[in-house]
Amino acid sequence: MDMISKEHKKEKLGFEETELRLGLPGGGGIVNGDLVINGKRGYTETVDLKLNLALKETGKEENSQKEKNLISCSNDSIKSPYKAQVVGWPPVRSFRKSIMAVQKRNSEGGGAAASFVKVSMDGAPYLRKVDLNMYKSYQDLYGALGKMFSSFTMGKCDSRGMMDFMNERKLMDVLNGSDFVPTYEDKDGDWMLVGDVPWEIFVGSCKRLRIMKGTEAIGLAPRAMEKCKNRS
Amino acid sequence: MVYSFPEEVLEYVFAFLSSDKDRNAVSLVCKSWYEIERWCRRRVFIGNCYAVSPQIMIRRFPEVRAVKIKGKPHFADFNLVPERWGAYVYPWISAMARSYPWLEEIKLKRMVVTDESLELISKSFKNFKVLSLSSCEGFTTDGLSSIAANCRNLRELDLRESEVEDLSGHWLSHFPDNFTSLVSLNMSCLGSEVSFSALERLISRCPNLKTLWLNRAVPVEKLASLLRRAPQLVEFGTGACSTEIRTDIFSNLVEAFSGCKHLKSLSGFWDVVPAYLPAMYSVCSRITKLNLSYATVQSPDLVELISQCSNLKCLWVLDYIEDAGLKALSSYCKDLQELRVFPSDPYSAEPNVSLTEQGLVTVSAGCPKLQSVLYFCRQMSNAALIAIARNRPNLIRFRLCIIEPQAPDYLTLEPLDTGFGAIVEHCKELRRLSLSGLLTDRVFEYIGTHAKKLEMLSLAFAGDSDLGLHHVLSGCESLRKLEIRDCPFGDRALLANAAKLETMRSLWMSSCSVSYGACKLLGQKMPNLNVEVIDERGPPDSRPESISVEKLYVYRTVAGPRADKPDFVWTMDEDGALRFS
Repeated sequence: MDMISKEHKKEKLGFEETELRLGLPGGGGIVNGDLVINGKRGYTETVDLKLNLALKETGKEENSQKEKNLISCSNDSIKSPYKAQVVGWPPVRSFRKSIMAVQKRNSEGGGAAASFVKVSMDGAPYLRKVDLNMYKSYQDLYGALGKMFSSFTMGKCDSRGMMDFMNERKLMDVLNGSDFVPTYEDKDGDWMLVGDVPWEIFVGSCKRLRIMKGTEAIGLAPRAMEKCKNRS
Repeated sequence: MVYSFPEEVLEYVFAFLSSDKDRNAVSLVCKSWYEIERWCRRRVFIGNCYAVSPQIMIRRFPEVRAVKIKGKPHFADFNLVPERWGAYVYPWISAMARSYPWLEEIKLKRMVVTDESLELISKSFKNFKVLSLSSCEGFTTDGLSSIAANCRNLRELDLRESEVEDLSGHWLSHFPDNFTSLVSLNMSCLGSEVSFSALERLISRCPNLKTLWLNRAVPVEKLASLLRRAPQLVEFGTGACSTEIRTDIFSNLVEAFSGCKHLKSLSGFWDVVPAYLPAMYSVCSRITKLNLSYATVQSPDLVELISQCSNLKCLWVLDYIEDAGLKALSSYCKDLQELRVFPSDPYSAEPNVSLTEQGLVTVSAGCPKLQSVLYFCRQMSNAALIAIARNRPNLIRFRLCIIEPQAPDYLTLEPLDTGFGAIVEHCKELRRLSLSGLLTDRVFEYIGTHAKKLEMLSLAFAGDSDLGLHHVLSGCESLRKLEIRDCPFGDRALLANAAKLETMRSLWMSSCSVSYGACKLLGQKMPNLNVEVIDERGPPDSRPESISVEKLYVYRTVAGPRADKPDFVWTMDEDGALRFS
């Protein structure tokens, strides 16, 4: 390792010089050993001036794809309870994330590891219970519910029907037929449309599920229809 | 005047050298020492599976008994490396199966391991003893069945933090009835339930079992029975402890734990009901490592437990411990060397616990042996960092994650440059550092000036310009691994310090400002580096050269460009031409 670092030191002197002479293809040119790009101060000059921060370049990039990875940190950004999530931040391993989602539910709702809620469907003779912890996403849940209740609806409320509902463009078709709308009662006692909030938040706040007949969901429908209009 | 010792004497002497560094140095002395050493090297560590090929390793070291190989870059832990990126272990296993019939140990980290690989391992190495798969993925419990069934001399099976497709718990039952050599079993990452009676019988017939980390599916009421069969355990990880507390379960547990006179390390505690914790009080005074990072227990209950652990050296805990709990820790646990505090609710905008920078300052003041810190919190100040630095100049690892990106000093609203500057200035032995919060190029100047022993640096949302990166690459003499995300670092610093990259294991840059043109240039100038562009938007050629690449992974290698790249990775070649996998 010593040999390599000595070589590196030797090479670096000549190398650095060489590197600074190379310009980006098509970008700023090299003029007499100084790097001049976009009229900003040359790189070598910036290095020499050390801590004189007044000279620091703002270095803003116009790449929008970088922006999508950053949280807006301005003070006037609206604080919502659910942060816009940056990929991989904070740096927490995924097996810790799901543990915490479960534990959050437990600390609010008691000691049990399972999260059973009652599921009623309009017109069905009896209710069912599902453990929301068994599912990782809304699609998972719909699949299970569809299977559970398919016998009552003669195939109308199968898992594909549920998934079609999630695609809200079909909401108009759904309401015109006698198809079903999944709703849930949250911690505050309000009846909400399933699917609006991130999955983990839903699992933490859902107290019971009710699969409503489309015609009865008219009260809920306007919100969903508005969303549908805004999205398309 | 050159006398040569007979080879056998040299070989005997070399056998006392266990560190790779020493063996590498020895092999550089002269050709004959190189030859002698390579024939007697038994352990090989490969920090980057793409830095060397299995064939090169086997050619140089023909008599290896233990290999340790690392694959994906560290940021893969946080989902920054796309699926199918690589790090497949199969080519290594297949080459070693042919050339190392006496291989005993395989330890892998962040690699893709298939059931096929596991089966090949189980059938190729007659004396196979140790399998450790840390943060690996790609295999199912069927692969584990092969290992259990065929590795007659297995001592260690460690699956820590791996993602296993859990088809059933049946794999455990594949250990034959006459299998008794197990020393260590870590199955904590598995979901499904194993046959409890098979587990009991396995434990009963393995008298040398020292480490047992159960998975969540083993309920607390079954622990006593297992502990009674293995009172010699040194490390124990429980399953879920969420069954409603009952006197008989509790008293059984107390009795079972009191029989474990050698227990030094405890882990598990998923969903633990706090009332169970006193069952462990009898072993607390011997405990040196405690992992409570899955336990949603509140601070007072945590303090009750920790206050009994006067010999504690290592604590992993959730931020439920709060500042008050950390204060108690600092007064009861004077031997503490390592502290990790994980966030219980990393995604909520508001703090859910009363844990601040003060907790860490208190521990740094009260625990004179503290050398390794991982701390998640929501506020930090320069004053606190300076205090920590002055209190603990013996820090070796310091990883601070302030949850909000670019959060300033909450007292002065300034960047945290001077705080982290104090850390690198006072902690002269610092080997690993992770920064967070609002940081300008100035902090990198401090790092480049002072952090001479720094080997690994992790940056996110920091710095203002290329100057920052230049300070690090030109100043940090011991730097081996540099990982950067979302920083405004670009072409100039990278190209000016190209030669430095050959002295490092790897560089990761994602969502920075490195242009495709610069990547090509780097690839051209540095034939000993693999300069890999990761871009899921399609071929970089289809965009102007000045556009920044999504992700860049640069590493030194003697194996040339890799042949197993997926369709979103391009190696910048010496010819300047694109190579597709």
